[in-house]
Amino acid sequence: MTVAQLSSTLLYIAFVLYLLGTVFFGGAIRDKKAKRSTNRAATIGIAITIIGFIAQLGYFITRWIAAGHAPVSNLFEFTTFFGMMLVGAFIVIYFIYKISILGLFALPVAILIIAYASMFPREISPLIPALQSDWLHIHVTTAAAGEAILAISFVAGLIYLIRVVDQSKPSKRTFWLEFILFCLISTLGFVLVSTSFKAADYEAKFTWIDKNGKEAETVYEMPALVGPHKGELQTADRFEPIVEMPAIINAKKLNTVIWSLMGGFVLYWLLRLILRKRIAASLQPLVKNVNLDLTDEIGYRAVAIGFPVFTLGALIFAMIWAQIAWTRFWGWDPKEVWALITWLFYAAFLHLRLSKGWHGEKSAWLAVIGFAIIMFNLVAVNLVIAGLHSYAGT
Amino acid sequence: MEKVKCECGHVNPHGTVLCESCGKPIAEDSTKKLLDMRYEGSARRSQTYNKTIVDKIWNFFSSVKVGVWLIVITLLASAIGTIYPQEMYIPPNVTPAEYYEDQYGWTGKLYYELGFHNLYGSWWYMLLIASIGVSLVICSLDRVVPLYRALKNQGVVRHETFLRRQRLFSASKVDNYDKLFAEVKEKLAKRRYHIREENGNILAEKGRFSRWGPYVNHIGLIIFLIGAMLRFVPGMYVDEVLWIREGETKEIPGTNGKYFLKNEKFTFEVYEKDKEKEVFQEAIDRVGSGMVAKNYQSDVVLYERVGPIVPGEEPKLKKVKDYKIRVNEPLKYDHYALYQVDFKMNEPNKMSFHLVDKKTNEQFGLVTVDLRNPQSAYDLGNGYRVELLSYFPDFYFDENGNPATKSKIPNNPAFVFKMMTPDKPEGEVSFVAIRQTIEPFGDNQYKMAFAGLETKNVSGLTVRRDFTLWILGVGGTIFMIGLIQGMYWNHRRIWLKHVNGEVLFAAHTNKNWYGLKNEIRQIIDGTELVMPVDQVEEAKKGARGGDDSGAAK
Amino acid sequence: MKKQRLLLRTVILILLLGAVGYTIYANFFTEKTRVTVGSEAPDFVLTDLNGKKHRLSDYRGKGVFLNFWGTWCKPCEKEMPYMNRQYQVYKNQGVEVIAVNVGEPELAVRKFAERFDLKFPIVIDQQDQVMNAYDIDPLPTTFLIDKDGKIVKIITGTMTESMVQQYMESIKP
Repeated sequence: MTVAQLSSTLLYIAFVLYLLGTVFFGGAIRDKKAKRSTNRAATIGIAITIIGFIAQLGYFITRWIAAGHAPVSNLFEFTTFFGMMLVGAFIVIYFIYKISILGLFALPVAILIIAYASMFPREISPLIPALQSDWLHIHVTTAAAGEAILAISFVAGLIYLIRVVDQSKPSKRTFWLEFILFCLISTLGFVLVSTSFKAADYEAKFTWIDKNGKEAETVYEMPALVGPHKGELQTADRFEPIVEMPAIINAKKLNTVIWSLMGGFVLYWLLRLILRKRIAASLQPLVKNVNLDLTDEIGYRAVAIGFPVFTLGALIFAMIWAQIAWTRFWGWDPKEVWALITWLFYAAFLHLRLSKGWHGEKSAWLAVIGFAIIMFNLVAVNLVIAGLHSYAGT
Repeated sequence: MEKVKCECGHVNPHGTVLCESCGKPIAEDSTKKLLDMRYEGSARRSQTYNKTIVDKIWNFFSSVKVGVWLIVITLLASAIGTIYPQEMYIPPNVTPAEYYEDQYGWTGKLYYELGFHNLYGSWWYMLLIASIGVSLVICSLDRVVPLYRALKNQGVVRHETFLRRQRLFSASKVDNYDKLFAEVKEKLAKRRYHIREENGNILAEKGRFSRWGPYVNHIGLIIFLIGAMLRFVPGMYVDEVLWIREGETKEIPGTNGKYFLKNEKFTFEVYEKDKEKEVFQEAIDRVGSGMVAKNYQSDVVLYERVGPIVPGEEPKLKKVKDYKIRVNEPLKYDHYALYQVDFKMNEPNKMSFHLVDKKTNEQFGLVTVDLRNPQSAYDLGNGYRVELLSYFPDFYFDENGNPATKSKIPNNPAFVFKMMTPDKPEGEVSFVAIRQTIEPFGDNQYKMAFAGLETKNVSGLTVRRDFTLWILGVGGTIFMIGLIQGMYWNHRRIWLKHVNGEVLFAAHTNKNWYGLKNEIRQIIDGTELVMPVDQVEEAKKGARGGDDSGAAK
Repeated sequence: MKKQRLLLRTVILILLLGAVGYTIYANFFTEKTRVTVGSEAPDFVLTDLNGKKHRLSDYRGKGVFLNFWGTWCKPCEKEMPYMNRQYQVYKNQGVEVIAVNVGEPELAVRKFAERFDLKFPIVIDQQDQVMNAYDIDPLPTTFLIDKDGKIVKIITGTMTESMVQQYMESIKP
C-alpha cells in the first residue's frame, strides 16, 4: 500500500468512526437515566470521535508526506481539513462543557462537510507557483481552524433554536428553522445524487457557444435538465436538456444545483411524510433537557475563541502572504472580501451581544447567519465567483 | 453639572447608574431583578450632554448602535462588490462600459452605471470605512474613561442590594466567620485572585486587564487605518511595472534612477506527465500534461547607479546582487521589492532573410535584422545590397490602407526592403511581413526569403515600495494582542460580605459564567458557604413552566 | 469642566475630520505623479539624431517645449507639423523644442523625421530613463518649462496649432 492509499483509507476510517460516534451520542441523549450530561454512551461516543479524529489526522499527515506539501491546496483538501478542525473544536468544547447533545449535532455537520468535500477531485495535485510557500499551511490551516471554531457556535445556535422555537403553530421562526435544516438535507442530497450518477458512470458531452461566441465543450456528470447555450448533445443515448440557458450562466453548475435541490426536496418530503411533522419539531424531544443558558454560552464562547483565530488566519496571515505572493496585502479579490465580510459580521455579533445584550435566541440566529456566510465563502466564492482563490473546482 | 453623593459617602459623576464605590443603585431601573453590570453602571458621558452640534455629532458616533449599523452597511456594500469582477480584474484592454454589458447583460450595465465596478475605491465606501474609524475612536474614548474610573474607584465593601442583585448570589449562615474568612482567602489566593479586604469583607478580583482588551484592539485598528490612510501621502508608496527582455538592462521605475536591473533569463515551467512524482500523475492526467504552471522565474542582476543621476546618460553601474525572482520569492533591496507577476514568451528579437533569385532559387547572402534596432543598409558583397526603407515592429494596415505600427514592440514585424543587385542596380522594392509579401511596383526578380527567427522571453515585474507596511504591522499586532487579551481572559470578581451573622457571597464575570461557577464550586468546597444560585437560570425556570411541556409534546 | 469637555471634543472631531478629509482629498483630487506643475523639471541628457547632446539644464534662460511622442501614435503625428511651424517662429524668441521619442529604433525615428521634415532636435530615450523620470503614461504628453526650469503646464492629448502657438508664447522668456 502506498502512502497515498494509506491516507485515503485513514480518511475513510475517520468518516465511518464519525458516523458511529454520532450514533453513540444519540444513545447518550436517549438514555433515560441520564440526568447528568455524561454517561456511558457519551463516553464511548467521545472516545470513538477522538479515534476518528486521530485517523483523520493520520490522513492529513500521510497525505502531506505523499504530496510534499500541506494537503490544503484544493477544494477537497481544504474542505476536508475544515471538517477535521470542526471535529477537533467539538472535542475541545466537549471537554470544557461535557455536553453530549453537541456531539449529536456537530458530528453530522462535520460528516456532511467531509462528504461534500469528497465530491470534488480527490487526487493529489502539484502546486501552482502562487501556492508554493510555507504560508500555504500557515494561512490556510489557521483560517480553517478559526472557521471551524466559529462553526461550533452554529451548532450550539441550532440546538438552541430547535429547543426554543415554538412548534405548536407555523411561524416565521419555524419556517426559517426548517429552511436551515433543508439546506443541510440538500447538501446530503447533493452528495447522494452525485455519488449515484458517478456510480452509474453517467457522462454526457455537449458542444456549446460561450459568451464570447466561441465553441466550447463541456461534460455533464448528471443528466442535463438545463443545457448550455446552443448546446448540442454529443454522447448517444443521453438525456436531452429541457431548457437551454443563456451564455452568461454556467449551465453545468446550475444543473448540479437543481439536482441537489431536487434531491434535498425528495429527502425532506420523505422525512416529513414519515415523521408527519416539521423536522425541527421531531428533533425537539432530543433537546428537551438542554440547558439553554449553557448552550447560549457555548455559542458565545465558540465565537470568542474562534474570532481571534479567524482574524489571525484569514486576515493577518492572509495579508502577509498576499504581500509576498501577489505584491499587495489586500486586493479586493472576492475571497478576501468575503473573509472581511465574515470578520465584520462576527464583529457586529460581538458588539450586539456585549453592548446591546443580544443573548439567547437572537444570538443563536446570528450564529446561524455567520455560518451561512462562512459556507458561502467556502462554496459559492470558489465555485461561482471567479477570482484568484478559485481552486479549479468542477 | 451636579454630582451625586451616595449614602456610602462616595461622590459620583452625573449619570452614574451604580455607585462607583459601593455599587448601590442610584438611577437604575429597580423593577429588574438583576443589575445591569455593563460598563460597571458608570456614567457614559455621551449620554448625559446633548447641547451643541459638536455634542450631537459626538453622541452620534459614540453610539454602539450606530457603530453596528456602520459595520452592517459596510458588510452589505462589500458583498455587492463581489457580484461581478471589479474593474481591476477585468481584461486590461477592454472598455469597462462595454465589458460589463457584453458579459453580464443589462444587470452588468446597471452595475457599471451605479459605479459598483470600482466600489472599493469609491468615495462613499471610503467614507464608510472612515466613519467606522471615527466611531472606533469616539466609542472607545467614551467608554474607557468611565470604565477605568469605575474599576479604580470600586470599593471593597459593597451595598447589600448590589450583592443580592448579582447573577451569582448566596447567603449562608456561618458559625465561625474568622475561620471561613481565612479559608476562603487562602483558596482565592491559590487561584490567583487579587484580594482586597476591609472590615472583614472581601473583594477578590482577577483578569481585570481583559477589560482593556476591546480598547487595545480598537487602538490597533485605528493604527491600521492610519497606515492605510498614509498610503495616499506622496512618496509613501511606489507601484510600478517593469517589462524587461532577456539580456536587457533597464532602469527600475520608481527608484528615481538609482537602481538598474538586468534580466539574464526568464523560465516558465509546467508540470509534465512522467516527469513529476508518481502521486501527481493522476492529477496531471486529469487536467492534461503541460497545462499546470510549475514555475515562473526571472534570473536577474541588480545594479546600483554610481555617480550623479542624470536620466538619459549612460549609467555607471555597480553590481549589487544576483537573484532568481520567483512567485513568492520577490527580490528585496533598500525597501524595494520586485515581484514576478507576468511574462511573455518568444518575443521576436532578430529576423533573418536570404536574398534569393525567385527563378533560380540562388541565394546571395543573409540579412539579419535586429528588430529592436535595425540597421538601414546591409551590404552582401559582390554588388548585392539590401536597404531597409521602412520598418513596422507591430504591423497593421491603418484606416487609409497604409502600413503602420501599433507599438514599438516587435510583435508582428514588417519591412520595406530595397534589393540592389548587379542586374537591377536601381533596386526592387518588396514589402515583407510574416507570411506575406507585396511587390508594389510589379513583379520582382529577387525576393527576401524568410530564413529564421530568434526570440527572447520578456519578464513582467512589479516594483513596490510601501513605507506604510510597518505601521500596518504594528496596528495588526496590537489588534491581535487586544483581541486575545479581551477574548481569552475573563474579568472575575467575588465579593464576600458579613452582615448580621449572614455571609453574603456574590460573583460577577464579564463572560464564561460556566467557568466561574466551576471555580466557585471549588472555592466553597469544604466551607460552610452555600453554592450561589444562578439567578438568571432561576428566573427562566420560573417563567418557563408551561413552555417545557409544550416542547415535550 | 463643561467648557473643557466641549473643547476636547471639538479638537478630537476636527482631528478626525481633518484626517478623513485629507485622505479623500489626496485620493480623489490630486495627481499621483511625482512631476507636477510648479515643480522643477527633472534634468536629463539625451543625444539627438545628429549626435548632439542635449542637457535640459543647459537651456536655462530659455523656455522649453518638451514633447514626448512615438511614431505609432496618431495624435503625436498630427501635432508634429504644428510644432514644426511654430518652432520656426519661436526659436528666435528663446523657445526651444525638444521632442523625446519613447525608445523606438533609430531607423523608424529617422524615417519619421525625414517624412515630416522636422527641424527641431529629436532625441531618443533608449532606456526609458527620461520617461520614468517624467512618469509618462499616455502619448503625446507635453511639458511647458519656463526659463527657470519650472514646469508651467502639462498637456496630455493632441494640441491644435493655435494651442501650440499659445503655449510657446507663454514660455517665451
